[in-house]
Amino acid sequence: MLSTVSTRRTRAAVALSVAGLALGLSACGGNSGSGSGSSGSSGGSGDKIGVSLITKDSTNPFFVAMQNGAKQEAQKAGNIDLTVASGSKDGDEAGQITAIENSIAKGDKGILITPNGPGVNASIKKARAQGLYVIALDTPPDPADTVDITFATDNFKAGELIGQWAKAQMGGKPAVIALLDLFNDKVVSVDYNRDQGFLSGMGIDTVDKKKNGDEAKTGNYDGGTYTIVCNEPTQGAEDGGRTAMENCLTKNPNINLVYTINEPAATGADAALKAAKKTGYTIVSVDGGCQGVKEVKDGVIGATSQQYPLKMAQLGVEAISKYAKDGTKPSTSPGLDFFDTGVQLVTDKPANGVTSITSDEGSKVCWGSAS
Amino acid sequence: MTSSATKGGARESAAQAELSRRAQSPAQRLQHVLHSNPAISPAIILVLTVVVFSLLNSRFASANSLSLLVQQTAIVAALAIGQTLVILTAGIDLSVGAIAILSMMVMATVAAKNGVPGPVALLIGVALGTLAGALNGFLVTRLNLPPFIVTLGSLSIFTALALLYSNGQSIGADQMPDLLNWTGNSFSIAGFVVTNGVVIVLLMYLVVGFALSQTAWGRHVYAVGDDAESARLSGIASKRVLLSVYTVAGLIFGIAAWCQIGRASVASPNGIVDANLNSITAVVIGGTSLFGGRGGVLGTLIGALIVQAFATGLSLAGVDQNYRLLAVGILVIAAVAVDQWIRKVKS
Repeated sequence: MLSTVSTRRTRAAVALSVAGLALGLSACGGNSGSGSGSSGSSGGSGDKIGVSLITKDSTNPFFVAMQNGAKQEAQKAGNIDLTVASGSKDGDEAGQITAIENSIAKGDKGILITPNGPGVNASIKKARAQGLYVIALDTPPDPADTVDITFATDNFKAGELIGQWAKAQMGGKPAVIALLDLFNDKVVSVDYNRDQGFLSGMGIDTVDKKKNGDEAKTGNYDGGTYTIVCNEPTQGAEDGGRTAMENCLTKNPNINLVYTINEPAATGADAALKAAKKTGYTIVSVDGGCQGVKEVKDGVIGATSQQYPLKMAQLGVEAISKYAKDGTKPSTSPGLDFFDTGVQLVTDKPANGVTSITSDEGSKVCWGSAS
Repeated sequence: MTSSATKGGARESAAQAELSRRAQSPAQRLQHVLHSNPAISPAIILVLTVVVFSLLNSRFASANSLSLLVQQTAIVAALAIGQTLVILTAGIDLSVGAIAILSMMVMATVAAKNGVPGPVALLIGVALGTLAGALNGFLVTRLNLPPFIVTLGSLSIFTALALLYSNGQSIGADQMPDLLNWTGNSFSIAGFVVTNGVVIVLLMYLVVGFALSQTAWGRHVYAVGDDAESARLSGIASKRVLLSVYTVAGLIFGIAAWCQIGRASVASPNGIVDANLNSITAVVIGGTSLFGGRGGVLGTLIGALIVQAFATGLSLAGVDQNYRLLAVGILVIAAVAVDQWIRKVKS
């Protein structure tokens, strides 16, 4: 399986987990129950600490990695009674509400949740009123203080890293940019954070940091001139990425820099560019899934920002376990309103002044599986 | 304005029809024309759409842009062929995209993970799609369950099977044999870029269009959709026709899955998720009646093109894509209203 990498940012967290592990080993052993949604385990009874992990869905490799991380941590600790549940699909708030209610009914000590939307806020508040400690993973709720704390990737920084890298690659040449976002019919934080982070990294004025597409269409980036051709939605999938890229190329055939919200979208964008017989373009992305890291190695993606879902869940389980034992609460990373679980740039063409790891290193700590 | 059709459902003789046509108002004549050519109104809308968007942005009408429009439409258009057949029998298939995804994941996985050669993998995937369609047909005809309920259930079942089988993981193009990726390869005709997938989809339209209009099977499909009971009384094996329709639809979804691999350059269980409803939208806008027995695949192809033309046109014009949803919604309701109005001819 995957092992988490120790970066400077997370050394403290790793130290934390060692401590948690030591505590866990001294506790009584036992298997972690993992059901789906309504497992009939008695979470609060005895000295077992009940924890529910509620992901957006149970099919996306990112959330599968999260579930694996939580299961590993529960296995290690031995005194954790873990329940794994999820919405039926991304955006399914009702399924998550049911899972939260089940968790309260079971007497869990805490909940780890990647909220599917504001519709689950009321249920989260209900859980906290009942004394459960609630941690959001990956996706901060809106408003952020709905949960006790969020463990997430700094998506703005993830975007900034690929932006800085792209700026170095362009080296002052005119940049003709396509922005392949997630949606254009709803506003999601991960969507604007990555997009606006990328533009900031390039040195382009983003106007409103929480709004995609409000930038000046032409102007100067750090070192040269830029043109933004399009903001197209991809739904984060290959076919969406391809259609989006085709539409952008119709608007301007000279695109040489492509930002993509995630790696499946990048795959689709590359297919469209190849079909249009384009060369000399650069694609940047965010995710660091094993398939995406492989595409960095194959030269499809120039650079990608890697995030660590497995670690998010491990740290989350551990934090609830600690809280249940002695009331210690985790605290947010300096200067941020969430606990940063780290992000690293993966590229085989390192740029001056931007810290990165190679695709080979990235493949050792990636999530999901490469086909 | 009395309708000239004789009561009792008996067919008018040609002479009678000729006599009554002279006694018709222009509106009734229009009804007759539309009734015998359901693809006319969507065709007019498509031409208008293309003209308006070309005026808004000159790039829209370029060979490159129109080639892409056809490529972007191809998958939904392919799935909509099967959907047309089912709707012609007064049924509905909500499991269209799910069958395609299941078929796609299986053909890709057996080739990539189990080393099955391309042609065999393709055959397995298409056969599975056919089987899935046959299962829908079996439940509808043998257990007499309503198609809406059957396919609502099988939508969940096939989606779950596809995700369980693939673990939610996609299979990259480089993992698959050339044959599976072949649908993504393209060639140029007079500046128009055509992918092999588009050719396959157009061939399917020709074959199914021919079967519907020129064969006994096609006539039976219309008859069953018009009135299953009277079709049965006139000696048509209604259940067998229905079963064949769902099975052929499954076969079409399996072939569409192959086209999707070429289009997305990957087999991903998270693709074509909106296909179920989009295929119904294309069929309805294309003038095929949800009450069965009237319509055809030509209209469906036009309907699918209209929806994508709105998406591309609005994108090029820099307009919020939510207006596409609005336009498509209006078109769907207008199409059903026109259908109802035409049906008055028969009453």
